[in-house]
Amino acid sequence: MPFSDETVARLRADAAEIIGRYPRARSALLPLLHLVQSEEGYVSDDGIKFCAQMLDCTETEVVGVASFYTMYKRSPAAEYQVGVCTNTLCAIMGGDQIYAELASHLGADAHGDGHHTIMTDDGKVGLDRVECNAACDYAPVIMVNWEFFDNMTPDSARQLVDDLRAGTKVTPTRGPGRLCTWKEASRILAGFGDGQAGDGPSAGPASLVGLQIAKENGWSAPPPQASAGGSGGSSPRASTAPEPTGNSGAKK
Amino acid sequence: MTATLTPVLTAHWDEPDSFTLAGYERTGGYQALRKALAMSPDDVIATVKNSVLRGRGGAGFPTGVKWSFIPQGDSKPHYLTVNADESEPGTCKDIPLMMATPHTLIEGAIITCYAIRAGHAFIYVRGEVLHVVRRLQYAVAEAYEKGYLGKNILGSGFDLDVIVHAGAGAYICGEETALLTSLEGYRGLPRNRPPFPAVEGLYACPTVINNVESISSVPSIMTDGAEWFAGMGTEKSKGYGIFSLSGHVTKPGQYEAPLGITLRELLDIAGGIRAGRRLKFWTPGGSSTPILTDEHLDMPLDFESVAAAGSLLGTRALQIFDDSTCVLRAALRWTEFYQHESCGKCTPCREGTYWMVRTIERLEQGKGTEEDLEKLLDVGDNIIGRAFCALGDAAPAPIMSAIKYFRDEILQHQKEGGCPFDPAASTVWANGGR
Repeated sequence: MPFSDETVARLRADAAEIIGRYPRARSALLPLLHLVQSEEGYVSDDGIKFCAQMLDCTETEVVGVASFYTMYKRSPAAEYQVGVCTNTLCAIMGGDQIYAELASHLGADAHGDGHHTIMTDDGKVGLDRVECNAACDYAPVIMVNWEFFDNMTPDSARQLVDDLRAGTKVTPTRGPGRLCTWKEASRILAGFGDGQAGDGPSAGPASLVGLQIAKENGWSAPPPQASAGGSGGSSPRASTAPEPTGNSGAKK
Repeated sequence: MTATLTPVLTAHWDEPDSFTLAGYERTGGYQALRKALAMSPDDVIATVKNSVLRGRGGAGFPTGVKWSFIPQGDSKPHYLTVNADESEPGTCKDIPLMMATPHTLIEGAIITCYAIRAGHAFIYVRGEVLHVVRRLQYAVAEAYEKGYLGKNILGSGFDLDVIVHAGAGAYICGEETALLTSLEGYRGLPRNRPPFPAVEGLYACPTVINNVESISSVPSIMTDGAEWFAGMGTEKSKGYGIFSLSGHVTKPGQYEAPLGITLRELLDIAGGIRAGRRLKFWTPGGSSTPILTDEHLDMPLDFESVAAAGSLLGTRALQIFDDSTCVLRAALRWTEFYQHESCGKCTPCREGTYWMVRTIERLEQGKGTEEDLEKLLDVGDNIIGRAFCALGDAAPAPIMSAIKYFRDEILQHQKEGGCPFDPAASTVWANGGR
């Protein structure tokens, strides 16, 4: 459906803000594609046209860019895109089994070629394989609308998609309290925050395991002056810092 | 146990507000910036040079030397682009760093820009990590509000804008020249060098491209000194780095230690290989670094020692696989990844990865022959050095190194008419899980 005049006016204001961030307008193309994807859930022909007009380039050029990057969908996406990591590490740790079981779990109510994307007929859940998402210490990993769901199992994965389909609240392992829709996620990627940056932990358990072992053993980096003498050093490096005051100020 | 971890970048990740400006300042944040702004830009470059910090994105090029290549007194604008496109399979250090302490990166970026006389810095973060994008956007906004970014930073007369730029799903954009092309708004295709980015980078202007961990190491060097940093590590690989353990290890996670620590030491700290199993193969620094075996447990994890063993230190992404794992399955999946992510610009990489996948598939199905192994080695040899960028050089690494160490196991597939391994035995939940 073509963009209404109101939609175009609103998107133009957003686009102007995006373009204004860059020394050269053309650099705004990737965020502009995220922006039009946030409107319709995918990069439609109208979205392509809008980007081309904003940047004074041809639609062919925009299609050439949009088709290169896998995060841009060229057909309508589901409200929740579930991506199972099936790159080597996650696949071997169980990602292959999770993907196979999810595909068959959704199978009766879904369409798709079974290899790339499956989508439930109600448009709620899409299933993809994704490449390594930089969370290998939490394998096997699932991303939903690009939020982390760590240490998954076939059972927890089935529960996750069932909850998403039923509209039951699900919470990412390391992420915001409220899971964004696919469209909302695209808007954040275009550079417009949703106020949830303060949600969630600073770091997940695996990210902290080395730090905790170091603390238990009294290990730390050498103090600034002692390194020349070759001493191992055991005093905390940030000794000038006062004790943490707890969890104040984390939310904003 | 003699091994010692040295948390610096990870030291405050366990504090609930470490990602906020208040939390960062409470632990000494932005003091390094004050110190740097009181120095001349050239002295800042000299300090980083003296620390012998080498690029933490995999290549290991000395960071201060890279900065010194930026021409000075020219009329062109200079740029910093932070490579936050962490996508190398197995690599998972920059993402938790930016989630937990984005201000470390921002402070390092401001110091870097001051040194190289840049007025714009771009953080090119992969788009598939929404909460990290949020944290970066929020941290940049806080830094502007406090006067660490924008005009006349801390009254120094130095101006800087930082832009958080979300990528859109292309591994190739982690390659520095492809990243620049992508940031200019095009398909992420690599460029030939020379000209190097230091001379003609973003918008054909002098540009420094550094990895997140490299830039984030700069504040600690400014605060505690080049000698302090260089006092850790080995003769030519100085300082600390984050080692990311994943896979069949008892306690996967992030371990920050001086360069030169060994896998045996790291495994001791991490509780060893999971119960009842033994180490089979591992990557020292992501899928692009040829696999190694238990022969290499005592090899120092520094640039020189790993290269001498025929692999690369890379990103210190230690993917650990035990003896339940089929090496051919691992190599096939990595090769499929390179085929999927090849940008298509260079024929040897585009066509070679396609044919490697077909050949490995045939081997895995038990329909291959010994000649297929020679064919794979030949195709690999014809990709390496014949593509514009490092993706091409890396693509044959998994299968070529698998053939080097596990030729008999690969051929066993043919004898048995299929894979001799049970994939269920490799999963986290095999035998009751961790």
